[in-house]
Amino acid sequence: MSKYLVSFSPHITSRATTRRIMLDVIIALMPALIAATLLYGLYTFCLAVLSVGSAVFFEWLFNAVTKRKQTTGDLSAVVTGLILALNLPPVVPFYVPMVGAAFAILVVKMLFGGIGRNFANPAVTARIFLMLAWAGVMTRFVLPIDLSEPGSFVAYFSEAVNISLPDAITTATPLAGVKQAFESGADPSAGLSALDMFLGRIGGSAGEVSALAVLIGGVYLAVRRVIDVRIPVIYIASTAVFTAIFYANTGYVGEYVWTYLLGGGLMFGAVFMATDYATSPKSTPAVVIYGIGLGLLTVVIRKFGTMNEGVSFAILLMNIVTPLLNRIRTRPFGAPAARPFKKLAAAVAERRARKKLVPETGGAGAPAVDAGKEESAASASAEGGESDE
Amino acid sequence: MSRLGRRPMPPALKGKGKIVADGIFASNPVFRLVLGMCPTLAISTSAFNGLGMGIAATVVLVCSNALVSLLRKVIPDKVRIPAYVLIIATFVTLVEMLLRKFVPALYDALGIYLPLIVVNCIILARAEAFASTNKVGDSVLDGLGMGLGFTLALMLLGVIREFLGAGTFFTGSFGGADFGVTLGAMPDYAMSVFVLPAGGFLTLGLVMAAINAISDKIEKKRAGAAEDAAGSADGEENAKNDETNESEVNAAGNDGLSADSGGTLPKEEA
Repeated sequence: MSKYLVSFSPHITSRATTRRIMLDVIIALMPALIAATLLYGLYTFCLAVLSVGSAVFFEWLFNAVTKRKQTTGDLSAVVTGLILALNLPPVVPFYVPMVGAAFAILVVKMLFGGIGRNFANPAVTARIFLMLAWAGVMTRFVLPIDLSEPGSFVAYFSEAVNISLPDAITTATPLAGVKQAFESGADPSAGLSALDMFLGRIGGSAGEVSALAVLIGGVYLAVRRVIDVRIPVIYIASTAVFTAIFYANTGYVGEYVWTYLLGGGLMFGAVFMATDYATSPKSTPAVVIYGIGLGLLTVVIRKFGTMNEGVSFAILLMNIVTPLLNRIRTRPFGAPAARPFKKLAAAVAERRARKKLVPETGGAGAPAVDAGKEESAASASAEGGESDE
Repeated sequence: MSRLGRRPMPPALKGKGKIVADGIFASNPVFRLVLGMCPTLAISTSAFNGLGMGIAATVVLVCSNALVSLLRKVIPDKVRIPAYVLIIATFVTLVEMLLRKFVPALYDALGIYLPLIVVNCIILARAEAFASTNKVGDSVLDGLGMGLGFTLALMLLGVIREFLGAGTFFTGSFGGADFGVTLGAMPDYAMSVFVLPAGGFLTLGLVMAAINAISDKIEKKRAGAAEDAAGSADGEENAKNDETNESEVNAAGNDGLSADSGGTLPKEEA
């Protein structure tokens, strides 16, 4: 009869599904992928395809072998594969992304229970695994190609199986130069152009070199409300602040801040890897601690560690801390304000109540009850009630 | 259940064999009891080191089990732990001197972990859990089984880590002769992470998971035998917890070392 349905809450639902969110992330990664392809040629693009293909294949394989429901349709493996590929140097042997994808999907993701149950971001962990496995391969970077030269777009295919690259095409990352400058006390920005670094005409991992492309993706994700914008903002800001603090006595504070913001994987890590749902905290205080921790660790590793870059290690470490951060209690919706010193507050409140109650009952209840009677709160109110009757 | 090899005196020779087999498979000290993790992770970087460490530990285990068992009625209850440590330390010192003289390369490779056999959980736990309540013959067999189980586990991890991490198979040198196989161009492609501590944890975890999965399957097949029905776990995690609990319960049954072994187990797992 009635056209109204009776149903349980929630009555307002969003159309956000895992697949939709992952599709958004893939779209947001496209500028970085296009930039990488234009900067380093077709081989880098093929590596990305290989990485995505391997990630999806290994997820399918795991589900098939363990007779679980297939989960490749949610596109999360595609995202993992893509982020991993963009995290690798532009030219690596072809098997590197395959092994990395296998590690990310099989060990980090599926063995811990699949999507949403991974303890750390699979792509970050796989990158670190590859770093430790093939340090030489993972720290050699090539020069961006010159597209006006014929054949340069496919030039790097010749290096598909080579473990060592010819010196002519390798380059150092800006961060390596910055670190050397720090050790010798020179100007870290010497020979670096902010515009080149913003556009990505530098050495570095395939997806992270172009800050512009990463920012376009980040803005898209922020507008689509896919990521928690607070995480990248706090992360990048705290990295800038800590860089300024840690390099305060060098005389080049400004130069260190901008080279370190644009030079490494900070932007890419902050936008795409630190914001992983399963491994980033939710409540405001936890997010603030998470972001500041990321910034602090990144700067500490960059300054004191043996490696030039600290973003992936910082993200992995804070990923591991996330379950602890999620235990920080926040006020549930509609609950009274949180009181951190609960016992103390209770004691104070009780004292106040004791002092107040006597005059209050005297004033509000009945004048007959003598204020001079020093009795306990309970008996006083009981008396007041009786006298009213 | 008999995973810890602590049954009342086995009647026949079959029972003696079972004591040894238990140490190797059903209650393997590394994969089942999760004892002695420190030397396991540190030494299993190559199969040869694993073999050396395993043999050294086995010798100490057999000797100390025998002596502890012989003296089990003499040692007063209150000072038994210091007494065990003294006995074990004596044998460790002997093994150390022998290795230093005859296999100096291995002696260098084992480093601090060789003297640390003195406080190896496996050896203390077997002295406490088995040798102090069983006859000499059985104690020796138990020590042999446990030692072989430890050796095989270290070698298994060592072979995997050496192959993936260095691209070689069983390299080492004994009595001046080098042996082992270097597999073509494999060293160029080797993933050095596997000889690093991180790779040790990784390999141990994956191998342990695989062993749990396999033994789960076997147990499920045997589910008809009602006795083990309660123990057949449905997941790796359960099986692992099961083991930990069991070994703790077992140690507690002897209410001696219980605090120590119970306390070290979770720490080492972490």
